[in-house]
Amino acid sequence: MHFDLIARSVLVLLFGVSSAWAQDAVAPDIPAKGSTADHSKFEILKKDFKSGPEVTAACLSCHTEADDQVMHSIHFKWDFTQPETGQVLGKSHVINSFCGSVAGNEARCTSCHAGYGWEDMSQPPPQQSTAVDCLVCHDRSGQYAKSSTGAGHPPLDPVPEGTKTITGATAWPVDLAKSAQSVGMPGRDNCGNCHFYGGGGDNVKHGDLSSVLYNPPKSVDVHMSPDGENFTCSTCHVSDQHQWDGSRYSAHASDPVGTGKPGSERTVSTCQSCHGTEPHPANIKGIKLNDHTDKLACQTCHIPEFARGGVATKTFWDWSTAGRLSPEGKPIAEHNFTQSDGQELHTYLSIKGDFKWEEDVEPYYAWFDGQVEYTTQDREIDPSKTVAVNPIKGDPDDGVSRIWPFKRMDGRQAYDSELNRLVYTHVWGPTTDTAFWTNFDWAKSIDAGMKAVGAEYSGKFDFVDTYMYWPTTHMVAPAADAVECEECHAKDGRMVGLAGVFLPGTGANGIVGLLGRLMVLAALAGVLFHAALRVISGKRKGGQDHD
Amino acid sequence: MTNRCVKVYPRFERFWHWAQMVLIMVLLFTGLGLNGLHSVIPFGPAVMLHTMTALALLALWVFGAFWSFTTGTWRQFIPTTKGMIPVARFYAYGVFKGEEHPYQKIFWRKHNPLQAATYFALKWFIFPAIWVTGLAYLSYNFWGNGSDGARALWVISNLHLLTAYVIAAFIIVHVYLLTVGHGFRQHVKPMITGYDDIDLTPEQEAYLEKNEPGRLKPEC
Repeated sequence: MHFDLIARSVLVLLFGVSSAWAQDAVAPDIPAKGSTADHSKFEILKKDFKSGPEVTAACLSCHTEADDQVMHSIHFKWDFTQPETGQVLGKSHVINSFCGSVAGNEARCTSCHAGYGWEDMSQPPPQQSTAVDCLVCHDRSGQYAKSSTGAGHPPLDPVPEGTKTITGATAWPVDLAKSAQSVGMPGRDNCGNCHFYGGGGDNVKHGDLSSVLYNPPKSVDVHMSPDGENFTCSTCHVSDQHQWDGSRYSAHASDPVGTGKPGSERTVSTCQSCHGTEPHPANIKGIKLNDHTDKLACQTCHIPEFARGGVATKTFWDWSTAGRLSPEGKPIAEHNFTQSDGQELHTYLSIKGDFKWEEDVEPYYAWFDGQVEYTTQDREIDPSKTVAVNPIKGDPDDGVSRIWPFKRMDGRQAYDSELNRLVYTHVWGPTTDTAFWTNFDWAKSIDAGMKAVGAEYSGKFDFVDTYMYWPTTHMVAPAADAVECEECHAKDGRMVGLAGVFLPGTGANGIVGLLGRLMVLAALAGVLFHAALRVISGKRKGGQDHD
Repeated sequence: MTNRCVKVYPRFERFWHWAQMVLIMVLLFTGLGLNGLHSVIPFGPAVMLHTMTALALLALWVFGAFWSFTTGTWRQFIPTTKGMIPVARFYAYGVFKGEEHPYQKIFWRKHNPLQAATYFALKWFIFPAIWVTGLAYLSYNFWGNGSDGARALWVISNLHLLTAYVIAAFIIVHVYLLTVGHGFRQHVKPMITGYDDIDLTPEQEAYLEKNEPGRLKPEC
């Protein structure tokens, strides 16, 4: 373990890439090992595998139902029908304010697909059983990787020059047999290699999911820190038959059940499922804090800021400025943000436009019932206003909603200025003459993106300001670092302007407060006047001593 | 009638008064902070201090009420209009002329009529208002729900605040009036020593001398 840390530190120093899992790196230990099967002793795994699907075939020879289970999970389908609204969501459908859409940019975006070879988003993912990628989640050798443009396939010997992995590291040839023999339950690295890099880079998208969580200090995440509980992602995100709990499309905004009956199995990823519904100690302070749980999500106080631990998150992305080239016609990159670890981050890229980055960001707060709608491509928008890509719903009176912390992403992205709808864009495609990242022509890029999904497009486009909301639920701080009362209970506190809740301490200058102060001043003025009259009349004490 | 130095404030009553004074000052100070007027104590600790102090004051009031009723002291606080006008006239006019305070303390009436009326209002309206609103504030989670609950809490918090300011205004006038008449020290002293100059009827004097000699002192 220590050697592993040292080895990784050396790697960081040598290559400056903290996220790189080089060939010889060992994945961090995960708790509760002790399987009855040692996969390195299985003959079928001692082959010279030539591809990912070959390994999957070997896995399925014992785990006969795994492919079916995985293929019905959101990790494979990228398709999700929102149970409340009926809206069809999932990565294969939605438009976001980051790289826009998967559709039209397949082999790049599907590099993080939990399968192999999904190259056309207008079709469902490949249906042969060996299209499932077992290793991306179960490799414990630490040297499995997916190529960043390979539609989910790993880089194999010989690795073409310039190949990167999905974490942005220079790719290495993956030893599939070594991976196959190492399999175990997923560690933080398995999930993180995709989820920490959403939006095209470390912590770009979520704000609360960054490479810091591979091995976070306790101050960043009490649960996941090796110095704390050393949780893996699946410690909270419990699964059943390869279906996980925890969704941004249909979240548990509150959990009245808590721990359930003694010994009952946890089936949800809520804080309450471990900590109960009255988590604070039964003293006078704890009672007051427990009183807050009917209004606030746990995360609201216990995640004081996101993007902690030294990795910034993108908080602003303006696509409209993309395409500016140097006088020689070459793409430009400007790096005007210095992360706390000294790394210079890009603030302008010809391919992507202007960015803002932030670290230790105070969240945006809103009532949230867990149900998320998307401004999908078929919905009309009002371009005169800032468009919410995924408007947050919540109602203080529905009994379910709580005030939640969010990362609110400011964006500016393309839309159909005739039909007033968001558009799909074709940005990646090194061999096409329409991809924005190679041709820098929005008209062609949008046209190709819309054609890829077969959506109606007027041919006219413009750019519109957008908001996108990311519920903040990771990076739970130690209790001592929770948001202090006065952060909210003060004039101009964190929740200023939030309706449906009364916060003592925020309105000292209300009408009653002013009236009260006036009354006290009047009393003071009255006695001073009385006293002054007594002094003037020369009878300071008044009355006569009658002793 | 003889003017004698009599113990009018037994130990419990003096303790009640001064403990109440300390608790109310703490409540006013922390309360104004919680309202957002100052931030000398951070919000969380201030809530705890305010809550504990309020509960202590409530307990004190329970003992005080019990004591008042069992000892018969409650009669001291029954308001009367008799003699009120001369007292009011004194504060508004006579005091500037150097007149003598028109009220002479008698054994079962240590407060002048204006005082008695004020304390009556304080004990029956103002204090109950502050603790009813305070308890409602504190127990919000047992009755408040949703945005209606938030609106109700807004009303309650403002009633609580308004009552607190009434109490603050009372304290200002109360302390100021100690300087009127025999003077500040003379007025505060009985609440410390318990003894004050009181007009006794011959019967009262005889009773005290025979049965409660400890309540009489040669000189105050």
